[in-house]
Amino acid sequence: MGSTNSTLSKIPNVEELMQETGFTPAHIVRLYDRFEALDKEKTGHLRPQDFGAINRLAMNPIGDRIIGAFFSPGQETVDFHSFVRTLAHFRPVDKKRPKDPSMPEPVNSRTSKLKFAFQLYDQDKDGKISRAELLQVLRSMLEMQVTEEQLESIADRTIQEADLDKDDAISFEEFRKVPPARALRLTYQHGAFAAQGTQNTKTCKVHAHRK
Amino acid sequence: KGHTQLRLSQMKLAVNFLTIGLVILSLPCGSYTEIPPKPPGSVTVLPPVKPAGGPQAFPDAENSNLPVFTMDYARIQVPFEVTLWVLLASFAKIGFHVYHKITFWVPESCLLISIGLIVGAIMHSVHEEPPAVLSYNVFFLFMLPPIVLESGYFMPTRPFFENVGTVLWFAVVGTLWNSIGIGMSLYAVCQIEAFEVQDINLQENMLFAAIISAVDPVAVLSVFEDVSVNEQLYIVVFGECLFNDAVTVVLYNMFIFVADMPVVEPVDVFLGVARFFVVGLGGMGFGVIFGFVASFTTRFTSNVREIEPLFIFMYSYLAYLVAELFSISSIMAIVTCALTMKYYVEENVSQRSCTTIRHVVKMLGTISETLIFFFLGVVTITTEHEWNWGYIMFTLLLALVWRGLGVLVLTQIINPFRTIPFNFKDQFILGYGGLRGAISFALVFTLPDSIGRKKLFLTTTICMIMFTVFIQGISIRPLIEFINVRRTNRNLETINVEIHSRLIEHTIAGVEDLCGQWSHYYWKDKFLKFNNRILRKILIRDNRAESSIVALYKKLELQNAMEILDTVSGDINAGSSIVSLQYVYPLSPSSSCSLSLSLYFALSLILLLSLSLACSPSLSLSLVLSLTLSCSLFCSLFCSLSLSLSLSLSVFVH
Repeated sequence: MGSTNSTLSKIPNVEELMQETGFTPAHIVRLYDRFEALDKEKTGHLRPQDFGAINRLAMNPIGDRIIGAFFSPGQETVDFHSFVRTLAHFRPVDKKRPKDPSMPEPVNSRTSKLKFAFQLYDQDKDGKISRAELLQVLRSMLEMQVTEEQLESIADRTIQEADLDKDDAISFEEFRKVPPARALRLTYQHGAFAAQGTQNTKTCKVHAHRK
Repeated sequence: KGHTQLRLSQMKLAVNFLTIGLVILSLPCGSYTEIPPKPPGSVTVLPPVKPAGGPQAFPDAENSNLPVFTMDYARIQVPFEVTLWVLLASFAKIGFHVYHKITFWVPESCLLISIGLIVGAIMHSVHEEPPAVLSYNVFFLFMLPPIVLESGYFMPTRPFFENVGTVLWFAVVGTLWNSIGIGMSLYAVCQIEAFEVQDINLQENMLFAAIISAVDPVAVLSVFEDVSVNEQLYIVVFGECLFNDAVTVVLYNMFIFVADMPVVEPVDVFLGVARFFVVGLGGMGFGVIFGFVASFTTRFTSNVREIEPLFIFMYSYLAYLVAELFSISSIMAIVTCALTMKYYVEENVSQRSCTTIRHVVKMLGTISETLIFFFLGVVTITTEHEWNWGYIMFTLLLALVWRGLGVLVLTQIINPFRTIPFNFKDQFILGYGGLRGAISFALVFTLPDSIGRKKLFLTTTICMIMFTVFIQGISIRPLIEFINVRRTNRNLETINVEIHSRLIEHTIAGVEDLCGQWSHYYWKDKFLKFNNRILRKILIRDNRAESSIVALYKKLELQNAMEILDTVSGDINAGSSIVSLQYVYPLSPSSSCSLSLSLYFALSLILLLSLSLACSPSLSLSLVLSLTLSCSLFCSLFCSLSLSLSLSLSVFVH
């Protein structure tokens, strides 16, 4: 606990962060260690190149979109607070939270998760997934498997299925109709086991969690 | 209207002729012992006859001339009876769907058992033994594999693999919990003197508990198929009943072995645990091996398309039999074989073979299921029972209690590990849906006779099965609606869902890499890469890596094209047979209902008759024969009368 407290004291506004995101101190410490491991030049900020250094993430078809989600528009670096706030989207849903319409929607609710997924598609942030954006996502996911015409047919069919107001784009409301179970899968659980040792978080393999 | 009435009367006439004709044909069956069976292939030597003599129409008993008309029933007896039984059960199935509201509220299994009870009563009254369908060999080698193959083949793979931990948890630990709990409590109940069951010792109680605590795939599937609960619940119930076979096999063998021995040593318990791993993992291993061999074989079948479906059936049956050879879990073997095989084989075989395979698998599974429930009903009446109020009531009660407790405790432990936890409603259905069925009965039926109270066990098992299938099976649909369990929208196959699912998976994988911690998505990713690089190259003939999005897109486009074809060419009915549906369309629903009911009655009674006649050539049967004959004629007459009455009434009204 001593090391946890000392790590926590290094982070400014840690209480506020925990309140906002709902992470426990242990989680925050783990994320901080990871942040520091990625931040090789110890500037306290992460740049896109730092993210790109993670090999497996670079091979992910939508890796660059995920990285892009961490950076707010206009910013070129990510500090620890934004890092944690983005990752808070993936916390498990709080079942016991009272439905209070006056409070803002918590970061890990189903709607927020859906919004996050929506933003992965909608790169120009106009609130709609246009046909071109959809084509880009499909292209990156399907790579070499299909021809350009097939890609266009798939995109056409997708929009046709989801587009209710016939504006040839998928708005967030239409996107929301994804079945509930699928949306909840945007959860990444740190699980009941605490981190075993944080010397080498990059290659530390925590027990395979069940989802 | 007159035209339809003419048609109707024609049909009625035809049916009556059919009835009479069939009955007359089956009459000689009863007297087959009087005609000496003609040995096949022999030649009768004709005595020298004057050619000028007139033709001899009838065979005389004195001359050994060439007989014009012979019968040899003994030769075809077994296949004939098998066919008749299958037909009778299938007719029962047709009959249920005449009035579709029945099958909505009462699951087919209950109806089939009821018909079986009636037939059993008839057979019992003529003192006839039913065919030994639920005996060990016939049941486990012929009746069970098709059903398990069907469930394995049509199991939705992705939800299954996402929930595999929960499934195995419930299957293994849940069954153990149930067996040990019920066994111990029953032993405690046996100590009460009032019930007169003190001679059942602990081993026998545990053996019995092991048999009846296993949830039965046949019963569960037939009930849960029509009720659409949410996907998670469905897959856990489905998977549990298939995979608890390993535990049941081990416990059954262990307790049979132990029931003979007076003393149990600790080393035996340890050996039992070791055996469980052998049984479970061995079953899965054999299944996977045979699945791969089958996929590899289909790579080379492009020139023999006609027999492609054969390989699927032969290999899965082989997997089952080899597992039975080593007394390891054959159900797990065949299920894993089907799961493994399906993915690769459906890419290798032609479209037509694929359709054939699916259709035949479904057909065989349905026939087996029908026959099993039917014979459950028959055998209920014809076996000897021993009734003991205390033991039976306590067994029912304890089974319910232990299952409920087990589900509660196990869910509490596993919920934190699940992405979508089970709420209390889900848990209730999970516990309530634990139906027992024919497997338990077959296992009890073949208990060695050294177990003194075998008849009591038989009766208790039957009561258990009847209780769960009837009461729980019928009430589960209204209960699900009443407590408002999360339902599923079965039409989930849209491109949107598929694309979003893929995206979400990639996102989670990316976030995991970001945080440097891995969970089962890592393993899934690794397996997919292995699959693409090595397995697909070996097992699939024409290897092009295909994302599930593209596969789904192709499938949906194909479906659309077929739908367009269907609406253009219209509904094509088969043939111009006498019982063709085209003739029934002009009639009002209720009259067509009564017409088909009467037909159904007549036909099934005919079959019943020929069956009982085929089984026993006794003279008392002629009484039964005439009774049932007149019954059927009366029924059909009555129905057609009421039909014509209603028709003429409607004519007047309009």
